[in-house]
Amino acid sequence: MTLPTNPSGAASEVNVNLTVNGQSVSVPAGTTIHRACERAGIDTPTLCWAENLTPVNVCRVCVVEVEGNRTLVPSCARAVEEGMVVNTDSERVRHSRRMVLEFLASGVDLDQAEGLRRWLDEYEADPGRYDQDGLPARTVYEEPKVQDNLYIRDYSRCVLCYKCVEACGDDAQHTYAIAVSGRGFDARISTEFDVTLPDSACVYCGNCIGVCPTGAIQFKTEFDLRQASDWRPDEQTVTQTVCSYCGVGCNLELHVQDERIVKVTSPADHSVTHGHLCIKGRFGWQYVQPVDAPTRQRRP
Amino acid sequence: MADLSISEANADAIEQAAVDAVLGDQTAEIRETERLVRAGTQRRRDHRHLLLPALHALQNAKGWISPGGLNYVCRQLQVPPAEAYGVATFYDLFRVDEPDTIGDVTHVCVDAACQISGSAERQRELAARGVTVHRSPCLGQCDRAPAEFVQAVAGPDRVDADSQPYVLPQHGDSSLRLLRRIGVVDPNSLASYQAAGGYEALAAAIAMGPTAVCDAVAASGLSGRGGAAFPTGVKWRAVAAEQGRPKHVVANCDESEPGTFKDRVVMENDPFAVIEALTIAGFATAAENGWIYIRGEYPLATRRLSEAIVQARAAGLLGENVAGSGHRFDIEIRRGAGAYICGEETALFASIEGFRGEPRSKPPFPTTHGLFQEPTAVNNPETLLNVLEVINRGADGYREVGTENSPGTKLLCLSGRVARPGVYEVPFGTTLGEVLALAGGISGDDPLRAVLLGGAAGNFVLPDQLDMPMTLEDARQRGTTLGSGVVMAFTAEVDMVAVAVRIAEFFRGESCGQCVPCRVGTVRQHETMVQLQQSGALTEQRRELSDDIARVMADASICGLGHTAASAVGSALRLGLLGEGPGDGGVDQGRLP
Amino acid sequence: MFGAGGGTSSYQEIEEADVVLLWGSNAREAHPIYFHHVLKGLDQGATMYAVDPRRSSSAKFADVWLGLNLGTDVALANGVGREIIAAGLQNQAFIDHATAGFEAYRDHVEPFTLDYVEQVTGVPAAAIAEMAHAYATADKAQILWTLGITEHHNGVDNVKSLCNLSLLTGHVGRWGSGLVPLRGQNNVQGGGDMGALPNKLPGFQDLTNPDHRAKFEAVYGTPLNPEPGLHLTLMFEAMEQGTIRGAYCIGENPADSEADSAHARKLLSGLDILVVQDIFLTRTAELADVVLPSSVGWAECDGTVTSSERRVQRVRAAVPPPGECRHDHEIIGELARRLGVDWGDPTPEELWDELRSLSPMHAGMSYQRLADEGGLQWPCPEMDHPGSPFLHGWLWEDDLGGRPPAPFSLTDHAGPKEELSAEFPLRLTTGRALDSYNTGVQSGGYDNPIRYGDALDLNPDDAAALGIVDGETVRVSSPRGAVEMAIRVQPDIPAGLAFTTFHFPELVDINTITNDEWDRESGTAEFKAAAIRVEKLRHG
Repeated sequence: MTLPTNPSGAASEVNVNLTVNGQSVSVPAGTTIHRACERAGIDTPTLCWAENLTPVNVCRVCVVEVEGNRTLVPSCARAVEEGMVVNTDSERVRHSRRMVLEFLASGVDLDQAEGLRRWLDEYEADPGRYDQDGLPARTVYEEPKVQDNLYIRDYSRCVLCYKCVEACGDDAQHTYAIAVSGRGFDARISTEFDVTLPDSACVYCGNCIGVCPTGAIQFKTEFDLRQASDWRPDEQTVTQTVCSYCGVGCNLELHVQDERIVKVTSPADHSVTHGHLCIKGRFGWQYVQPVDAPTRQRRP
Repeated sequence: MADLSISEANADAIEQAAVDAVLGDQTAEIRETERLVRAGTQRRRDHRHLLLPALHALQNAKGWISPGGLNYVCRQLQVPPAEAYGVATFYDLFRVDEPDTIGDVTHVCVDAACQISGSAERQRELAARGVTVHRSPCLGQCDRAPAEFVQAVAGPDRVDADSQPYVLPQHGDSSLRLLRRIGVVDPNSLASYQAAGGYEALAAAIAMGPTAVCDAVAASGLSGRGGAAFPTGVKWRAVAAEQGRPKHVVANCDESEPGTFKDRVVMENDPFAVIEALTIAGFATAAENGWIYIRGEYPLATRRLSEAIVQARAAGLLGENVAGSGHRFDIEIRRGAGAYICGEETALFASIEGFRGEPRSKPPFPTTHGLFQEPTAVNNPETLLNVLEVINRGADGYREVGTENSPGTKLLCLSGRVARPGVYEVPFGTTLGEVLALAGGISGDDPLRAVLLGGAAGNFVLPDQLDMPMTLEDARQRGTTLGSGVVMAFTAEVDMVAVAVRIAEFFRGESCGQCVPCRVGTVRQHETMVQLQQSGALTEQRRELSDDIARVMADASICGLGHTAASAVGSALRLGLLGEGPGDGGVDQGRLP
Repeated sequence: MFGAGGGTSSYQEIEEADVVLLWGSNAREAHPIYFHHVLKGLDQGATMYAVDPRRSSSAKFADVWLGLNLGTDVALANGVGREIIAAGLQNQAFIDHATAGFEAYRDHVEPFTLDYVEQVTGVPAAAIAEMAHAYATADKAQILWTLGITEHHNGVDNVKSLCNLSLLTGHVGRWGSGLVPLRGQNNVQGGGDMGALPNKLPGFQDLTNPDHRAKFEAVYGTPLNPEPGLHLTLMFEAMEQGTIRGAYCIGENPADSEADSAHARKLLSGLDILVVQDIFLTRTAELADVVLPSSVGWAECDGTVTSSERRVQRVRAAVPPPGECRHDHEIIGELARRLGVDWGDPTPEELWDELRSLSPMHAGMSYQRLADEGGLQWPCPEMDHPGSPFLHGWLWEDDLGGRPPAPFSLTDHAGPKEELSAEFPLRLTTGRALDSYNTGVQSGGYDNPIRYGDALDLNPDDAAALGIVDGETVRVSSPRGAVEMAIRVQPDIPAGLAFTTFHFPELVDINTITNDEWDRESGTAEFKAAAIRVEKLRHG
């Protein structure tokens, strides 16, 4: 009898050699340029990329220059090739990154896009220069959609990175309650005919919130605290634990402010959840600190 | 499948009948008994490509896509409503809000050739008569400016060509290659096509064998006529080399580049040639699946091609055993629904597959990951027609006209201020001035101001370029492009700023919205041009901004739309056509040779 | 040993499976994140057959849904087994090498012809054959099940019937193939692992084995009672017989969760003493003489839990327990102190390390490793052992690692205990809804837009025959009692079947009508099959 092998740790490690900013780097075949840069200690801005989602390479903020390519290439999606010569800091790259960031900042509210701030500074983005001569630049402004107790959607903050669509659909939840509708600058994340989330297929897993980089979809708890100017991320603790519902063993990160849970996330690199949860894990914690639960008595 | 959650809105009988007529018994979920249902991921994937035809059926049935109608399609194909809505709202020819009055809509072209030929007046005139008018991007009828297309409810869409026989400007010219059958062969008759030598190339190709066909195409030096000029032989060989998966050949008939109408003329008047050439492509690459993706605004061409397929199938020239070759090949037609971007080959795949027409990053390339992620060769009708010439004449015979690096002939779309707008076939190397002369020269009394080459994605040249030989290499050397063969003339009285504003608006309207450089860049570019129009000149800051915008779109966009979105506008600015800069005053150089 | 312990496969393996039999499980709602792994498998080309009396939200993802008559799982599984053998698709090399009792099994399933099984199960013969062939010829195939298999009076037979199929085809003991019972609670696996079973010591060591006991006695410093205890169902029988007069209930709500719950409440109320340790004043706690307020295991305490893939993971305190609530281990330690034994104040980690010293399969799992490696799957006997993604690899080893071969089991079709009658003509089955959990003690604490409460799903034809419309409140009776509840008319429910969730016992006391017949081996009650009658309410 031949003993079948466990291929979980398999994948033949053929290495590929490339140059990044003049530095030699050797990484396994199939690695993306973005990962190779990481290996070389080079930080790359990303927006639509996430380790638990399929790269869509739409934001273009991670572009790099690859010798022999007419245009810049998205480092998050392009695999390394033997002998590739990559430049991440040329004038051309800096220009495109700056422009992408400026474009976004000129039309979208990035106040809560924590991860983008330093890059806006780094690339000296100046979104103000699009409002000139009494001709204001078009923005994506609209009123926040507050349609239920768990989520809010504030598409004034939406950079259309497709992450929420991927998390709702192919990459995790397979519910497809939201998709991109419309075209061009008028493209929006939307339910069918823009019906409310409660009227849509949404099952409130919150995986869209989990991947949103700008606060365009967020927990109602966070939204309310922010409205009350009481959202204090610097004072929050994050504790990793395991969900109490069902036996799958999903890892939770409990974000706690003033000894109260204010939101729940899951680590994207964990083999059980890959960062994704269900409605119970994401929102079912309220009994720990009951406020106005209709059918439960207060804790003794 | 998804947690398919479908609202209570139901389709009415008309909508159901329209959808059923398209889908027949092709549904993604089959209830065999009360206790046995077949559905699942594979069935859903296998049926998704029917979404676009089903949406067309709804739109045509009622003049809009209602929630109930969409629900019905979603149930039959197991497509989540949000996704189907996302697809429906991607296309100009679909509407998802109930119109005030349901009836035919007349689309009037507002792009350059029509814009300078009375489009606005025509729209006013029609509206005054109570016609529902829709401002449309280029309708591919620049030889009939201002062009119209009637999108019908509960009946076939209409264009003027339906009732007007086409007269080729070069009719009777014995040097014609690609256009020689037009006006000679009855486009509705396979027999007529065969009597004129049709299907001799397929017979010859079968006799040669697939490898020899690919070799001949490679040796001919034929390159793609859609604008990118990729060597056709290289593409075919790559697909032919792929084994073990279904393969596809696609005729890209989504001719939407403003100023381009050559493929329409070919398809309307010589449809069997397109079918024959696509069949040869399938034979040469060992692909069994042929697709024609044709823009929704080409109803006559669609009818002619459909009829040609029916006749070819009946004659055994398509189907299980193509012309006795043992090769299986058939063709399906897919209508686009109003989206310039779907002419980009990867967006075209997404559109056929039933998704939003959003381009994909390349690599991987279509030759390995094309339609349905399977090996695919995409060619446009003009390229395909050239294949017939390569087979019939041999590679050497093919190369007898044209230049070393641009062998053969080129179809050019002459429009704007020329005396006889139309499609012209000239050997590569003919100069721009000769081409304009062929079209009867400049029309009207005003001197030539500029020529737009290659369409909205191309660029303007001044009359000092009339000596330019029309070849790929000369165009490149002079920093311009032949693109899809647009040659649009503008004379001195034309408001070039308005033209530039419209070109910018065109890209703003046609950007799919996927990548940031193009989605935002096209808007900012348009805003810049509006500022120019309002104030008569660009501020220094705006000019700098304009350059910055152009660079990021060209460098960092996903696809060709973004890469070229600033091309024409940028050239107009550089050449001073917009009332400033060094080239200003070039108005009296417009003398034809 | 084959047949003990836990699910054989890792979640990741289902992503690589070619064929999935989802049998008696609505994982889409009950185990949503496990189902994400299933979905990856489906996206990558796996074929899924869903066997379930109703077309659940999970079954809707299946390539083929086989809607068998409720309680006919043994017949279907034996029919699949017979078809595999009849078609010559069994893995004879594996059978010869690693199993015992094949010939008896073959003879035993011989009467389960496709025609007979179609007649019993209601599933077309062709579909049964198709599933049998797909499962047998797949490179990697898994059978997943949940309470749809186990919550029957013959639940153990159901499980054995499925295990037979894996032995027949060699779909166990190797990467990608396996048997996956999905655990319903976050630590039901861990509870068993820790010896919270009547006959087991921690690490599935045998209470009746003196050598095993001796090891624990040495560390605990006290002799252990060698007599196995009672499982929950037997405890209630003992209460009935008066042999149990007192109970100490920790984190369980039997007054709501037991089948025929009115009866269970009566027994609990009749005890001399009932102590309940819980985070809420549950219905059970309301019956208690003493209530010990405890803290939330996953948000207010440190410790470990074990998942369905045998992954031991850390839980950690994120917020302090309110008021006088204390940690479970502190309460128990304090009780011991009052009883005259001072255990000191061990930390959770110290308790865990003691466990590791006694349970070989946990020995390699230090707190540090559990944190660093995202949890570890048992068995993990050494500090340098990577943990075990799948079980029973020994079945493929040359000498079976010295273990006895895996036995085929002989099982017979036995249908639900409670037969339908003119008085109770409809079949009731129960299950979970996505947003809720068990008796709602925890999930009742939040509101959400997808919550609809407990309602009875009924086929449109059945509803029409009864003159009942969607949303109407009706009376639902079984031989044990009656409740009033709303109707949801659902086209996905076959005629003759009714389905409800059981998450809102205060509103719909559904377990007062479910069947308390139970499996003698597992102690699990037949929640999944009762006979009921649905009647319109009389309006006065």
